[in-house]
Amino acid sequence: MNSQPDGSPPGNGRQNVYWTKSLQIVLFILTIWFVISLGCGVLFRENLDAFLPPIGGAPFGFWMAQQGAIIGFLLLLFLYMILMNSLDRKSGFDQEGEE
Amino acid sequence: MSQDLWNYIFIGGSFALYIGIAVRSRAATTKEYYVASGGVSPFANGMATAADWMSAATFISMAGIIAASGYDASRFLMGWTGGFVLLTTLIVPYLRKFNKFTVTDFLGDRFYSNFARAVGVVCAVFICMTYIMGQMRGVGLVFSRLFDIEIWTGVIIGAGIVFFYAGLGGMKGITYTQVAQYCVMVFAYTIPAVFISMALTGNVIPQFGLIGNFTEATGDTVPLLTKLNQLNTDLGFPDYTVGKLETLDMFCITAALMCGTAGLPHVIVRFFTVKSVKAVRKSACWTLLFIAVIYLTAPAIGAFARTNLILEVQGTSYAEAPDWFKSWEDRGLIAWVDKNGDGVMQHEAGGVFAGKNEKPIYAEATERAANEPRLTTNKLSENSNEVYYDRDILVMANPEMAKLPMWVIALVMAGCVAAALSTAAGLLLVLSTSISHDLMKKIVSPGMSDSQEVIWARSASFGFLAIAAYFGINPPAEFVAKTVAFAFGLAASSFFPTILMGVFSKRINREGAIAGMIAGIGLTLGYIIYFQFIVDHQNYLFGISPEGIGFIGMLVNFSVATLVSCVTPPPPASVVEMVEEIRLPRKAGSATH
Repeated sequence: MNSQPDGSPPGNGRQNVYWTKSLQIVLFILTIWFVISLGCGVLFRENLDAFLPPIGGAPFGFWMAQQGAIIGFLLLLFLYMILMNSLDRKSGFDQEGEE
Repeated sequence: MSQDLWNYIFIGGSFALYIGIAVRSRAATTKEYYVASGGVSPFANGMATAADWMSAATFISMAGIIAASGYDASRFLMGWTGGFVLLTTLIVPYLRKFNKFTVTDFLGDRFYSNFARAVGVVCAVFICMTYIMGQMRGVGLVFSRLFDIEIWTGVIIGAGIVFFYAGLGGMKGITYTQVAQYCVMVFAYTIPAVFISMALTGNVIPQFGLIGNFTEATGDTVPLLTKLNQLNTDLGFPDYTVGKLETLDMFCITAALMCGTAGLPHVIVRFFTVKSVKAVRKSACWTLLFIAVIYLTAPAIGAFARTNLILEVQGTSYAEAPDWFKSWEDRGLIAWVDKNGDGVMQHEAGGVFAGKNEKPIYAEATERAANEPRLTTNKLSENSNEVYYDRDILVMANPEMAKLPMWVIALVMAGCVAAALSTAAGLLLVLSTSISHDLMKKIVSPGMSDSQEVIWARSASFGFLAIAAYFGINPPAEFVAKTVAFAFGLAASSFFPTILMGVFSKRINREGAIAGMIAGIGLTLGYIIYFQFIVDHQNYLFGISPEGIGFIGMLVNFSVATLVSCVTPPPPASVVEMVEEIRLPRKAGSATH
């Protein structure tokens, strides 16, 4: 499945579908990335500080900027890995046993 | 046991470990030298990347910057971690699939031009040189403080160790020493934080201490950050959780640091050492996890240190000042000037001395009477702040402030050295491959054999280390501090956008990429040089400081590259095919020429 018997590249259709889907995943991840860091931590920080409940003893926006965004990034990378690996499997671009 | 003995045990022990690892993993071929044969496990590479990433500056200064500027310092916390999301989703999987040795290789091949390659070499050398000077200085400082030797001796010892395992072992030697160095660093950073967190907030996990409660002398509890805001505003500083940077400036700086992080060559090449694209994704998760352990602790240490400093110093008479205050005064990093002559230390907003960022100049060393401060000869400023402290001491003085045992202090020192050495080694590798591979092999003499290339790499690393050591001993002090903005600005306006367009667009061609890089770098460098070295005022364009201009440079790079590509012929079919190939994860294989 992974490669044609004669070694020629697989059909263009399959490649294009794979590329479009991986772009969607990247866009999805980067949208959240922008909202939790530059959005919550910088642009809307003052509103969040004022209107959302504090995290422990820290104002919401301040906490997002100092700790929350970092935890979010970590979860995003994990999500990216899961989504991309599953896309690879479904599209037949899986890299068996390669780690 | 004395403190000296503990220091010798920890520093000596860690050095023996690094050398032992280096001897076991000596590189013989270019493949071993440049990418450790491409067979490092995602977990080990994650640890090594985290150690590579955390420099002496991050380890020693970051918590101090947070303590001093509160919310404003979030730009470093978000910038230097958020960049890894960009790096992982946009850059490294594709460059790993491209399967060459260096970042510059990609620029040269994708834009079918040796000129693009040469621009890459210049940027890489400039970015890495700026960084490595600071690392050598850091090693020198720690050594001179620990063993009472001159800074130059310390720098030479540090340079010798780095050359031994990076110059000889290449990427193979670096990777496994960095794994060991990360372990030293993470303990050195978190153990003191645990003790301080327990003392201040009763929370065993320092990362949670930041949002915990502070117990007043009266027994009442208030949130630590509320207490800190109140302490800050009482003394005339801005609220700790608000800061004073403009939102637009804060946005641009954070974005520039993120994009710069994703374009730093010494971080990107670390991901060339794992086996496949799938392994790259996994390794990126490990990397950010290991970095997050330290980055989530840093804001807590910053808040603790700020609280401790104000509580212990403000309004205390000098005669009753804590021991650590006097011992750091001896080392020239704290000063007190009794402006109003009441014998009590007053700490307020504003500089103690006249002039911008003035450091204390101490009077001739005379015998210091007990309970007498070291006298300074600076011209004093108008305001009533009496206490000067160097922000760098906060991490190093933390164990003393918290009265921790001597072995913890020795561990922190070993951590500082590990942070400096691990980053220096990673940078040295990029510097030496820029010369041996990108310049000699790809541009000057393509016929060179593999073993000649390794010899070039070793000689180049020796040469660069000699230059770095020289600047570590004779630092162009003001220059180094200002060039940090250069390094990130350059990476954000050159490598990051150009690689991004190279992967995600098939239409961007040689002319567009070169024009875009020149426009982006030109604007960024011009702006930084203009405001840092030519004029003395700070009337920035739209209020964007030189730190954040890399973000604008990046936008300019994108626009110019797109425009120029539209009016010039598209790239050749072979290049388009190559781009299609690197977008697919399969058959990443091992690195080749």
